[in-house]
Amino acid sequence: MADPKNDAFNADTALEPYWTAAREGKLLLKHCRACGKTHYYPRPICPFCMSADTEWRTASGTGIIYSWSVERRATPPFAIAYVTLPEGPTMLSAIVDCDLDAIAVGQKVALAFETRDGQPVPVFRPR
Amino acid sequence: MSIKGKAYIAGVYEHPTRKAEGIPIAQLHAEVAKGALEDAGLSLRDVDGYFCAGDAPGLGGLSMVEYLGLQVGHIDTTETGGSSYLVHVSHAAQAIAMGKCKVALITLAGKPRTGGAQPGRAPLSAQPPDAPFEAPFKPSVLNLYAMCARRHMHEFGTTPEQLAWIKVAASQHAQHNPRAMLREVVTVEDVVNSPIVADPLHRLDCCVISDGGGALVVVAPEIAEKLNRPKVRILGAGEAIKHPRGGEVDLTYSAGVWSAARAFEEAGIRREDIKYASLYDSFTITVLMQIEDIGFCGKGAGGRFVADGNLISGVGKLPFNTDGGGLCNNHPGNRGGMTKVIEAVRQLRGEAHPAVQVRNCDLALAHGTGGLLGTRHGSATLIMERT
Ligand SMILES: [Zn+2]
Repeated sequence: MADPKNDAFNADTALEPYWTAAREGKLLLKHCRACGKTHYYPRPICPFCMSADTEWRTASGTGIIYSWSVERRATPPFAIAYVTLPEGPTMLSAIVDCDLDAIAVGQKVALAFETRDGQPVPVFRPR
Repeated sequence: MSIKGKAYIAGVYEHPTRKAEGIPIAQLHAEVAKGALEDAGLSLRDVDGYFCAGDAPGLGGLSMVEYLGLQVGHIDTTETGGSSYLVHVSHAAQAIAMGKCKVALITLAGKPRTGGAQPGRAPLSAQPPDAPFEAPFKPSVLNLYAMCARRHMHEFGTTPEQLAWIKVAASQHAQHNPRAMLREVVTVEDVVNSPIVADPLHRLDCCVISDGGGALVVVAPEIAEKLNRPKVRILGAGEAIKHPRGGEVDLTYSAGVWSAARAFEEAGIRREDIKYASLYDSFTITVLMQIEDIGFCGKGAGGRFVADGNLISGVGKLPFNTDGGGLCNNHPGNRGGMTKVIEAVRQLRGEAHPAVQVRNCDLALAHGTGGLLGTRHGSATLIMERT
């Protein structure tokens, strides 16, 4: 993943609040004032109605596993998952700090942050 | 306005190589172009339309038109991953119907096995918008398709054994293909006892990785009339894109629900009229979801549909991928749409291996899923008829 701070070509000022919040352990979602829907990954222009009237909202920090897989050939093996947030969107993330053989669809998880490639990113652990 | 009956597939060619060490991708494109034109009984000078996708090197269509020595008045470099070549057939038929060209050449080549540049990847500087939100979690072809399988199992009770039947059927066909990479017949037990690569998918749920390529020649009816080849007429086509929709993720179906509906509507035939189906088989789950999405059975009933050899030619109701498909034969450039069309044309011509040739095969379907089923993908459906 490119580091927005060190990559002029991919610099994305619209996402700065997202990464600032991530460093503070908060997950921001984009909510559209025009259509009332929340989307992920965040975009300045709403993908549901193309309104530019979007605002950041802080996620509650809980979720439910929609689907998951463990990449067994990786060293060490790791879990990827789609997690559905109570705010609406289902987001791609990782399941961490858990028994990889005990992950299940429908499992309740809680938000955490892990630094990957120098950037804190939202992950989830069982709650 | 419809493409029904407006164009014919006159030439097909599958590159025999499965490992192309020392052969650049451009040369593979030229070899398959030559093969398909010779198969059609046409020459370089007849080609007035050229189609290629993200696997073409350099400036893509520009580099290939130069390398092949073409002089064209119509070009299309639509890129939807491995389903691109099915889309190209549809676009070629559209161009022919509109009088933009009469002989369209479509080529694919790639060599992931030898370790050449991965096809279809954007330069590193052009980061896709999803990358900061997905790349840190290491999504892979394996785990993204695996999550579709996991959700399917959760919602519909699909079992690993049912998925395994898809590989079993492919291997039953591949034993008759001397060029297939995996010719050994496997059992359901072999598949479910192979190592898990990404839960719930086993090693034998996956396709092979191979070098190679293929080409197609699509022509106007008046050209097809003059050629001394069996006639394969295009009846209908559909294409569609599906993606995570801003977080409204539903992994239980693909864009095939839309592409297939359009193709059948245009063709004016029923699902049960199809005698043979080429189904994109990057993984067993890809086949199962496509069977449901195309409408060969209801959503969630795919597991029962594929079990007990129902996809085996001469045994089941829906013979599929009689060359062994991507699961056993080849998957050139990690892009299986080209070989899907080629085997469907062989079936319609009666040129498949006698052991797997479907009797009286007058209507065939080819369907592709390009990109990543678990995130963003492009589906394409093509319906063809022997006349
Ligand atoms: Zn909106």
